Amino acid sequence: MTNSDWTPDQPLVSIRDVHKSFGNLEVLKGVSLDVRQGEVICIIGPSGSGKSTLIRCINALNTIDSGSITVEGIEVNDPGLDKLKLRKNVGMVFQQYNLFPHKTALQNVMMAPIKVLKQPVEEVEARARALIKRVNLVGKEDSYPGELSGGQQQRVAIARSLAMNPDVMLFDEVTAALDPETVNEVLLAIKDLAKDGMTCILVTHEMGFAREVADHIYFTDRGVIVEHGPPTTFFKEAKDPRTQEFLSQIL
Amino acid sequence: MTSKTHVAVGKPLLGRTESDLPVLKPFNYSSAGQVNDLLFSRWLAEFSPRSLLVITLLFMLWPGLALAQGNYSFAQALDALWRWLPFIVGQGFVLNLVVSFLTMLVGTVAGVLLGLGQISPARIISGPSWFVTQLFRNSPWLVLLFIVMLALPFEIQIGDHVYPIPDWLKAVFGLALPIMANISEIVRGAIISVPTGQWEAADSLAYSRHQTLWLIILPQCFKRMIPPWMNWYAILTMATPLISLLGVEEIVTLSRQAMEAEDNHPELLVPFFGFALIIFFAYCYPIARYTISLEKRFVVRQ
Repeated sequence: MTNSDWTPDQPLVSIRDVHKSFGNLEVLKGVSLDVRQGEVICIIGPSGSGKSTLIRCINALNTIDSGSITVEGIEVNDPGLDKLKLRKNVGMVFQQYNLFPHKTALQNVMMAPIKVLKQPVEEVEARARALIKRVNLVGKEDSYPGELSGGQQQRVAIARSLAMNPDVMLFDEVTAALDPETVNEVLLAIKDLAKDGMTCILVTHEMGFAREVADHIYFTDRGVIVEHGPPTTFFKEAKDPRTQEFLSQIL
Repeated sequence: MTSKTHVAVGKPLLGRTESDLPVLKPFNYSSAGQVNDLLFSRWLAEFSPRSLLVITLLFMLWPGLALAQGNYSFAQALDALWRWLPFIVGQGFVLNLVVSFLTMLVGTVAGVLLGLGQISPARIISGPSWFVTQLFRNSPWLVLLFIVMLALPFEIQIGDHVYPIPDWLKAVFGLALPIMANISEIVRGAIISVPTGQWEAADSLAYSRHQTLWLIILPQCFKRMIPPWMNWYAILTMATPLISLLGVEEIVTLSRQAMEAEDNHPELLVPFFGFALIIFFAYCYPIARYTISLEKRFVVRQ
């Protein structure tokens, strides 16, 4: 499967019957979902349900045991996968930000396009500054991550992933480590992204955000997708008792 | 003589309760019958640590007092030391320092390479690297010195020229082996102490392993490695007198030569070796203090 087979009318990310075990513990027990271009998908569920593992499988941070994942036609589970090629198209933002502490915010954003994509420095710098402006961090370009708050660091992390011009962005519980006030500034940045047409897959506990921004919501529990649907029907007419129980606890 | 001894636990082992052979008596735990050999340690434990220290120091001074009654005085010994100081320091201690610098240089370069080899994903590199590290970390330095210095040739021939290899240079290679192994462990330890999130972030940004290591991980390791590196330098410097056992003319050898020239009076021993001790201490202690202050400054905040 090469990239050139894929056309925008096919799903951007296609996950089919994925199984993943860590030793004896089976974390994903046959998960399937599709993400079309421009869609915003939220995956919600209790801890240990396999949500983070699932999105980490999409950019090959974890390898799946069986099933298939394709991103723009690239088979992720192919043993001969060119991981670098895949990851240039898939951006990821982590719960713990994982900024490079020995570089300033601007350098964090600029480094990958220069070193990995080999793009010219002036062009990258201009784009990096524009991205920092887009996430509302003008004036913090020369600050080190240690000097920034959690919410600011997370927004630098978003800008850093965007600098590679990915086709899909993965967000792994990005607001879970933030206090409620700073959660908002990060969610605004993501909402802005979604409005501009970026395909986003979020693992999140922010139900308000999911209801507002998501095109489709998936509820996972114990390694399977229990229920899914657009936010309007999902929150009001959840059919499965497990979904209802989960929603009653958080809403 | 034969008394029914009270036994704290169960029955006597041999079924006898009465005997005058101490070996067959059951052991008596109760405080009513004291076991004699416990008395001395209890008596000793009654002294405070400070008083024991004072008693020990006084004991150590006794030989000094005895020597002072000889016909060669302590003042004459100090005078001899003073005369020989430029020789001992200028030709002896300086060589110790030169050996320590060169050993640290060679050992650090080799150690960094070995440390990177240990974390290589290719078994064919990481296996031997691990083995070499463990081998030289757990071998006595003096034995390694003997092996290296006696096995290495004393001159090498490149083309038409014959280059002699001085013994202190061989000592550098000998001491560089354990240093290399320990630096390798410092490097490996520093690399694995960087949070895995850094590797994952680099992976998700499509950095190659080589780029991740050199652009992201190693720069973060550098600061963490400095305090243990300096610690090993201090240890190495204090170990350099070992090379005197292989004939290298450094401070200990030259001190002994000086004492020989001064007719080997036993009163010379404490001043000359005491001086060697003091000069090493004066060099290494500030390094140790600076290392501690660096450790505090570089404390890793996660």
